[in-house]
Amino acid sequence: MDDLLREFVTETNESLDVVDVELVRFEQDPNNARILDNIFRLVHTIKGTCGFLGLPRLEALAHAAETVMGKFRDGLPATHEAVSVILATIDRIKEILAALERDQCEPDGSDSDLIADLESIAERTKKPMPRTAEEATEQALGRPLRPGEVSLDELERAFRETPVDPRAVKTTKPAAEDPPKDEEAVRASAQSIRVTVDTIEHLMTMVSELVLTRNQLLEIVRRHDDSEFKTPLQRLSNVTAELQEGVMKTRMQPIGSAWQKFPRIIRDLAHDLGKEIELELQGAETELDRQVLDLIKDPLTHMLRNSADHGLETPAERRAAGKPHQGYIRLSAYHEGGHIIIQLSDDGRGLNTARIKAKALAQGLISEAEAEKLSDAQIHKFIFAAGFSTAQAVTAVSGRGVGMDVVRNNIDQIGGTIDVKSVSGQGVSFTIKIPLTLAIVAALIVEVGGSRFAIPQLSVIELVRARKGGDHRIERIKDTAVLRLRDKLLPLARLSKLLGIEGKDALEGGYIVVTQVGNQTFGIVVDGVFHTEEIVVKPMSSKLRDIPMFSGNTILGDGAVIMIIDPNGVARSLGTAVATQLAAAERAQAQDPEKADADMTSMLLFRAGSSQPKAVPLSLITRLEEIDARKIELSNGRHMVQYRGQLMPLVSMTDKPVRSEGAQPLLVFSDGQRSMALVVDEIVDIVEDHLDIQVGSGNPGVLGSAVIKGHATEIVDVAHFLPLAFEDWFRRKDDTRRERQRTVLLVDDSPFFRNMLMPVLQAAGYAVAAAGSAKEALALIEAGKTFDSVVTDIEMPEMDGFELAEALRADPRSATVPVIALSSQVSTDLIERGRRAGLHDYVAKFDRQGLIASLMEQTGMGNAA
Amino acid sequence: MIDETTDRTVNEYVTAMVGGELFGLPIGRVQDVFVPDRVTRVPLAPPEIAGILNLRGRIVTLVDLCHRLGLEHRDPSVMAIGVELKGESYGLMIDQVGEVMSLDVADFERNPVNLDRNLAAVTSGIYRLESQLLLVLDIDRVLDIGRGAAAA
Repeated sequence: MDDLLREFVTETNESLDVVDVELVRFEQDPNNARILDNIFRLVHTIKGTCGFLGLPRLEALAHAAETVMGKFRDGLPATHEAVSVILATIDRIKEILAALERDQCEPDGSDSDLIADLESIAERTKKPMPRTAEEATEQALGRPLRPGEVSLDELERAFRETPVDPRAVKTTKPAAEDPPKDEEAVRASAQSIRVTVDTIEHLMTMVSELVLTRNQLLEIVRRHDDSEFKTPLQRLSNVTAELQEGVMKTRMQPIGSAWQKFPRIIRDLAHDLGKEIELELQGAETELDRQVLDLIKDPLTHMLRNSADHGLETPAERRAAGKPHQGYIRLSAYHEGGHIIIQLSDDGRGLNTARIKAKALAQGLISEAEAEKLSDAQIHKFIFAAGFSTAQAVTAVSGRGVGMDVVRNNIDQIGGTIDVKSVSGQGVSFTIKIPLTLAIVAALIVEVGGSRFAIPQLSVIELVRARKGGDHRIERIKDTAVLRLRDKLLPLARLSKLLGIEGKDALEGGYIVVTQVGNQTFGIVVDGVFHTEEIVVKPMSSKLRDIPMFSGNTILGDGAVIMIIDPNGVARSLGTAVATQLAAAERAQAQDPEKADADMTSMLLFRAGSSQPKAVPLSLITRLEEIDARKIELSNGRHMVQYRGQLMPLVSMTDKPVRSEGAQPLLVFSDGQRSMALVVDEIVDIVEDHLDIQVGSGNPGVLGSAVIKGHATEIVDVAHFLPLAFEDWFRRKDDTRRERQRTVLLVDDSPFFRNMLMPVLQAAGYAVAAAGSAKEALALIEAGKTFDSVVTDIEMPEMDGFELAEALRADPRSATVPVIALSSQVSTDLIERGRRAGLHDYVAKFDRQGLIASLMEQTGMGNAA
Repeated sequence: MIDETTDRTVNEYVTAMVGGELFGLPIGRVQDVFVPDRVTRVPLAPPEIAGILNLRGRIVTLVDLCHRLGLEHRDPSVMAIGVELKGESYGLMIDQVGEVMSLDVADFERNPVNLDRNLAAVTSGIYRLESQLLLVLDIDRVLDIGRGAAAA
């Protein structure tokens, strides 16, 4: 009996969730007989089972509901009232089920109220009505018109006369598409079994242990070169990986299971708030780990309520704003890399920037002066600050003090990020990015002050090594160290400092783990980098949980326990101090990454001489400085300043005299050992925009004018000013030219590995071109590019490394170029296959020394390093 | 307090020396005694936390008992007693482990009023043994690190 009852409760609960959703759909689309049939069937099954198990209350309720639905089938209009009563009945059934689960028997009580309601609805139509489409819509209202309401006829006419809004059409899905999917689902359920969550959790724990043990074994074998264990261990390793994947799969659930209640919530909310809301759910089948699913369920519900309550306007307001009277909320989910992206957007009024700013000021989160400098997008981020809720009225729906800060906390906890975009009057869009699973993650193992730490690879973008005079330089804005990385300035966090341990102090030559959390990109400075490893995340002791820098700990392959760095914690520690100084730089980064393509240029806006803004490409500037004007000396008729132990000439762009007191902002340009500075009045901003010079200039020192951020801006010709400081500025370049560099084409579908290997190859003296796929690589050859060698990944989608090697062999232009394969698996079979495909060498993916050695051998560059 | 069922009048303790004092830990709470190896220091952790280590696949948090009790280190703590609290494993670092003692419940005394405040906060009472005092540790309170330490 016990098992039977439990089974019944679980199954019925699932059916009821479906009924909930289907009823809401039915109410919107009362002519869809298929939906109705589906609901009818489910309720009928519930009724039948209740009778069998001897549950009179449930049976009576289900029976009454079934009767009403039978009437629907016969043509009773599905009025809002009728559907509400049935929904209430379903809620009651759920309550009884909950009690049943707890106490093993039906609770006492009477349902005569609901049954009476249901019966009265069923009574209302004695005779079935003819069902023509027109009448059915007429009936859908099912009550006389209220004052202010418009008759359907009039609406229809208005509809015919209004131009069609394409989006609205797109969003209403034709119901006819659905049936095959449902049948599939029915078939699938027949082939599945129910397993308790505990069983799966236990299985997961055991697999985690297995992964650990495998890592330990691999570590041992790594230390012995010719071990007979190597081959069986490789096999064990593969089997473990597959097993891990399999078990992970069993933990996966479609995100739709967390969304199931949403249509009902929106329906009830719309009713309570007097709004009309269309909810579109996309990608409900997207799967993610159930542990993660549980954690995002509540935040999502909260955000959905927020959108419906605060985001969307009332129909009257919407009409006044020229929008369709029905508000629109879209929830979508999809996979991207190891993440799942969830987007929630509405077409409501958007965030109230002014009110958020006022509140941020009132709460002391920012100062008046800072507020002025912040962009709208930056201000919007304050909604995630603790205790921040701008709702003026506390409604029953939201504004109960649980704000977006709680949402963000929940998402932070699972290593996710949340971002908001809002356009006033057009709506808000939230983007949540969360990892698919929390249990086993790839991590970069780094060293600081002799201790090892793991940084989850999900947030690592790339690894760079800062060198003097290299592409990646460490610079200082005031006292803050920043990394210049491809025209972007990234704040740097020194891990040793954050953790309060002794690390190497030299920033130059250190490794920088470029990390991204939400829109924030920053570099974590570490002493050394080892390798990446699949780590099993173990929860931290409760005594250590308050340390914001760590998110957990793990046991490494060699048996040592290490702490896992929480990039969120690092980002927060950078927070305020750096944020203000880097606000401008960050703003340039915060721009849509899609726009940050080749034709976008980061430019520094400043004023000098006139009120018209001037701009210079940021990449040309080495540093921004502000010096005490009293330190400026006049020597030989020139302004100079002592700077880093040298005299640096100052060049003024106008006739205006150099300041004699206060702070003097300077733009410093360096080349090798020499620096000069342009004297400016004020540094305005860093912007990212198209550098499109529209009007040429006859004025020396000005290249021309361009429209930047809506203002005509003079683009400064730096080349004009440099010789003013040193006459031979441009002449010294030629003698430093190196002999021809060897070129390498690096092919890997993972940007992470591309970014990790590129600096390694560059450091070894190669000029590196990168391609994200075999096709891209072949296109480069096709375009006439020549390379001294090709380094390619084996496992790539579409066309793998073997096929690439074969294609390169077949092309006379590349037939002689040596190809080196990188692979995480190296077996005799694969090596043999590689030889046949024409690979020259095979190197394990993490074996950097091996790669360099192989490259030198293949390109005959023995003395390069 | 003396019963006919003699086994109920006896409490068993694992004894340990920490900072020159003799402590007793209720035997029911002691999981194992081990020598900590390859301890990982945790930056930013409370000072009482000596680090974490891998003990047969479990991650154990090591508590510097000497520091926790406010005693001076006389010998380096080389051993640890494994205990559990709310599903988490801890290792209490001790200088030396002693014998298991069976002591009569009737001899158990409340903490003397002049007992050091730090010690009184984490001991439930004492036994007067022939040669010295045995302080009975309240493991739950010992592991109440953070608040407990702040109050002391």
